[in-house]
Amino acid sequence: MTAAPTVEPAGTPTASTAPRPSVRRRRGGGRLLPLATTVGILVVAELVLRSGVLGSEFPAVSSVVAALITEVSNAAFWDRLYQTVQSWLIGFSLAAIIALPLGLLLASTRFLFRSTRLIIDFLRPIPPLAILPLAVLLLGSGTSMKVWLVAFSAVWPMLFQTIYGAHDVDGVARDTARSYGLGRAQIYRHVVIPGALPYIATGVRLAATIALVVTIATELIVGSAGLGYRINQVRYGGDMTTMYALILVAGLLGWLSTAASRALEKRLLFWHPSQRQAGGGQ
Amino acid sequence: MMLEVTNLAKSYGDVPAIADLTFGVAAQEFVCIVGPSGCGKTTLLKCLSGLLEPSRGTAVLDGTTVDGPPETLALVFQEYSRSLLPWKTVLDNVLLPLRAKGLDKAEQRRLAMESLAEVGLADFTHAYPWQLSGGMQQRVAIARALAYQPKVLLMDEPFASVDAQTRAELEDLILKVRRHFGITVVLVTHDIDEAVYLADRVVVLTKRPTKVAEVIDIDLPDDRDQVTTRESPEFAHLRGQVARLIVGAQPGDADTTNVGVAS
Ligand SMILES: Nc1ncnc2c1ncn2[C@@H]1O[C@H](COP(=O)(O)OP(=O)(O)O)[C@@H](O)[C@H]1O
Ligand SMILES: [Mg+2]
Repeated sequence: MTAAPTVEPAGTPTASTAPRPSVRRRRGGGRLLPLATTVGILVVAELVLRSGVLGSEFPAVSSVVAALITEVSNAAFWDRLYQTVQSWLIGFSLAAIIALPLGLLLASTRFLFRSTRLIIDFLRPIPPLAILPLAVLLLGSGTSMKVWLVAFSAVWPMLFQTIYGAHDVDGVARDTARSYGLGRAQIYRHVVIPGALPYIATGVRLAATIALVVTIATELIVGSAGLGYRINQVRYGGDMTTMYALILVAGLLGWLSTAASRALEKRLLFWHPSQRQAGGGQ
Repeated sequence: MMLEVTNLAKSYGDVPAIADLTFGVAAQEFVCIVGPSGCGKTTLLKCLSGLLEPSRGTAVLDGTTVDGPPETLALVFQEYSRSLLPWKTVLDNVLLPLRAKGLDKAEQRRLAMESLAEVGLADFTHAYPWQLSGGMQQRVAIARALAYQPKVLLMDEPFASVDAQTRAELEDLILKVRRHFGITVVLVTHDIDEAVYLADRVVVLTKRPTKVAEVIDIDLPDDRDQVTTRESPEFAHLRGQVARLIVGAQPGDADTTNVGVAS
């Protein structure tokens, strides 16, 4: 037993070379593990569903995939997908165009921030779907109503994150710029906006997800053209399998949205400690 | 006098930080300010650089009363890692203060490259601050101040958070830079040895509410050396003199017993 520790130093050369492959293995596992888990769950789901213990309410995974293939080979599917994605992106962009400059403006002076606080705190918690009837009354049940409702829902996270971000910019960095005689606009451009970017990025990512939820929910409830409407349509038709296939498509859209936001964050925030650790420095 | 501080006082709300400061700094002089933690050294530098308005009294820089950030003065902050912008490269950080000066691009670049060469960072222009060591980051902050071409350079405990070796290097760098550019330097430190090693004069401050305890002339030879200067009997004598003042530093008002926290 006592001999073991004295033996170990002889083994150190191998020990020091060992970490390398193990690190590589872990990196490969970073992508492999979630994929393997997903496939595993799908296989188990398929077996359980095929065994019939859950009844016939739930279609097997393979039938959902088959229904998805049938659905996507239909030109109407792509038209509906286009309707959904278009409203989602236009609504989201409108929100961004309003929220980001407005957030920076409100954060720029204490007077503006204080005087608008009450009305913003009142408007923000209104669930977008609660004003759906009002939106329909004012704008009808078409695309423009959908777009404005999406914009309304997506404005808040971006507006708040922008205000928080601008308020949280390091005082020392701000003072540095000020001591070198930079003007207000220059301080905004070189210090405040880049400094607030980590917050803004989070706001954008949240807003994109919320915008998608509201897009599809509006289509489901009001019946405006798009994926949501189609989900309801096949449900009325009793085609559960296609319904699940469409839900899968909605999920994929959400996943794409988050992945795109994360990729953008990685590019824009390469300097931020959170990205530096992940990316191993740039 | 390049810089004249007259009866300067600063309170935060009702809390007096600086009670009454009067001292002057001659052109091309190197003055170190030492004082207990929380006595208002950072506050003083912020008043001198126009970031804070004094509650009373004035700071006159080169004949003009300071009432906003002056164009002939640069401040190197204690928190260099927060003062440098992490999203900008070293070169872009150094270019930052030149944006307000209305110089053409080529001239801006020339000034920035020159200052980076002066601090020994000519090869790191495209690195980001967070890729550099603490000592190198502080060099970037110094280069940025030099590129601004100030007459007066203010430094707030610039070497407080680097190791001893780096600290000695940076001390000598700042002495070289000062000789090279003929600038006036006001450097705040809590390190008595550092103050005596660097300064022509040391201004010793009291605890809060802060006043000038004493101004000590440092008549050591001009070309200082980390080894020989520090081992000379004159050095030991001067550092003893400053140390006694710091230890004995009494508040200007007897009823103020709380010493502020270190910044
Ligand atoms: N923004 C502020 N608001 C209120 N009190 C402050 C502020 N900044 C500094 N102080 C107080 O003023 C005193 C002097 O602070 P400071 O100038 O940072 O001292 P030093 O740099 O000598 O350590 C301290 O007691 C500190 O707590
Ligand atoms: Mg301080």
